[in-house]
Amino acid sequence: MKIASFHDETSVVKSFTFHDRLCANAEPGQFVMIWIPGVDEIPMSLSTLHPDTNEAAVTVEKVGKATKTLHRMKTEDTIGVRGPFGNSYVISKAQNVMIVGGGTGLASLAPLAERLVEQRAKVTLLIGAKARRDLLFLDRMNQLLSQTEGQVIITTEDASYGVKGLVTESAKKLLSQRGKFDVIYACGPEQMMYKMFLLSEKFNVQFQASLERFMRCAIGLCGTCIIGKYRVCRDGPVFSGRQLREVKDEFGHFSRGFDGRRIAF
Amino acid sequence: MTNRLAIEIAGLRLSNPTMLAAGILGLSGASLLEAAKNGAGAVVTKSVGLQPRAGYANPAVVQVGCGLLNAMGLPNPGTKDFAEEIRELKKGGLKVPVIASVFGFSGEEFADAARVLTRAGADGVELNVSCPHVDKTGSEIGQNPSLVAKVVKRVKNAVDTPVIVKLTPNVADIVEVAEAGVRAGADAIVAINTVRAMAINVETARPILANKIGGLSGSAIKPIAVRCVYEIYENVKVPIIGCGGITSWRDAVEFMLAGASAVQIGTAIASEGLEVFKSITVGIDSYIMEKGFRSVKEIVGLSHRH
Repeated sequence: MKIASFHDETSVVKSFTFHDRLCANAEPGQFVMIWIPGVDEIPMSLSTLHPDTNEAAVTVEKVGKATKTLHRMKTEDTIGVRGPFGNSYVISKAQNVMIVGGGTGLASLAPLAERLVEQRAKVTLLIGAKARRDLLFLDRMNQLLSQTEGQVIITTEDASYGVKGLVTESAKKLLSQRGKFDVIYACGPEQMMYKMFLLSEKFNVQFQASLERFMRCAIGLCGTCIIGKYRVCRDGPVFSGRQLREVKDEFGHFSRGFDGRRIAF
Repeated sequence: MTNRLAIEIAGLRLSNPTMLAAGILGLSGASLLEAAKNGAGAVVTKSVGLQPRAGYANPAVVQVGCGLLNAMGLPNPGTKDFAEEIRELKKGGLKVPVIASVFGFSGEEFADAARVLTRAGADGVELNVSCPHVDKTGSEIGQNPSLVAKVVKRVKNAVDTPVIVKLTPNVADIVEVAEAGVRAGADAIVAINTVRAMAINVETARPILANKIGGLSGSAIKPIAVRCVYEIYENVKVPIIGCGGITSWRDAVEFMLAGASAVQIGTAIASEGLEVFKSITVGIDSYIMEKGFRSVKEIVGLSHRH
């Protein structure tokens, strides 16, 4: 597969677009395994889904050897793409929706927000970041929600943009002040998702979160990405509040390394 | 299910002849329990050695047209951490036998790993002398009948639970290896592990697996596995467990007719889901009823009459 184009999102995050009919027709929340030839193969959420042009994209933060190599790649360079894999966010007839994203968690939430707006849901999108320079998809999301009843609320830890603090604090305030949300969608650092899960339990709102784990096979065989009885690659990556309750001893507490040993968050 | 499907393998009582194959899920107690809850008659753990191993870099899996190619590199948490998983599994109410798959770089390491996991509660031990892509263990042992015998003897002396040997098809004569294992005291045989294989990406002219060479599983290897079971059945007396590409009840029955007392299922979980254990069990049950057998035991090795 050739990289069709790339786009700088922040100083450390780039999106890579490629043409693939299956991926372009994937559902929000699904992921692919990206092969960086000679280096690694890593799971990435699909961050753009354009069935009309057969375009799909992944949005990649520069963190390790694989992502650094990918960041050096240019248009027409070859990558491998397996997938799409996994389940997707469940989009019900919900009218009043809260989406909470932290860091590159926005990658899977952006196409979800677009789908929800298409279906005329009222979307309140909360984006959290350390600082203004780390904010992802700000223009894309502002543009999406500008013509709707919905809104974008930004939280930065250093107060360089929007509200100062943690995105979960903004979410808590909204949940306690305003009328009832039908559902909360979350993706980002696991501690953030865990806090949102607890808030969803407290305020009795339906919850869905997309989890991240080390992966190898992506088809539910190797067991690398297990959480409790679930395989994140196959039964997830999106889990409901009910499912997360079943694995609450693990969710927010530890994941597993490639050797299967527990790594505390 | 009825007791028509019950089968005993080296003293292990299985309520049906389907088992979760080694290397599939098996990295935690909870995932083994889930396979059992979905109908597996027994579960085999991921292969565990004395030390934790992260395994090879990705890509560790290639989906090829006719099967699945993998080179995981024996990732496992080590016997110390994994003993906890087995204890949790036993506490979690597991109702079927759990067999610990072990590997080592010497007979002594196999024996030590087997001892630790048996003490933690494993009902049997499966010796991985057949992984085709890790140096100095796996098939490097399994291709040499006298090394296989040495490992089996060591483990037999270390544990009282049944000792099962999983064989590699990557040999000229699999019967010779099976016989060596049985003479050394193996209580049962699993045939087969994956077939040494590779895939190359034509765009980049690169081998795809990080380890370049791996093992092929899935439908592609089923006829090879059936032949291995058939040949071993003619020559050894201990029970054989068939493994390799079993996806439907027809596949399972074919293995049993070749001489397998039970079957292990792995790759098919990707296409069929964990429900595969139930659907195969139900299919075998219908088959033996329709054919007028009273027990699944009656079809084991039946094709050898011809």
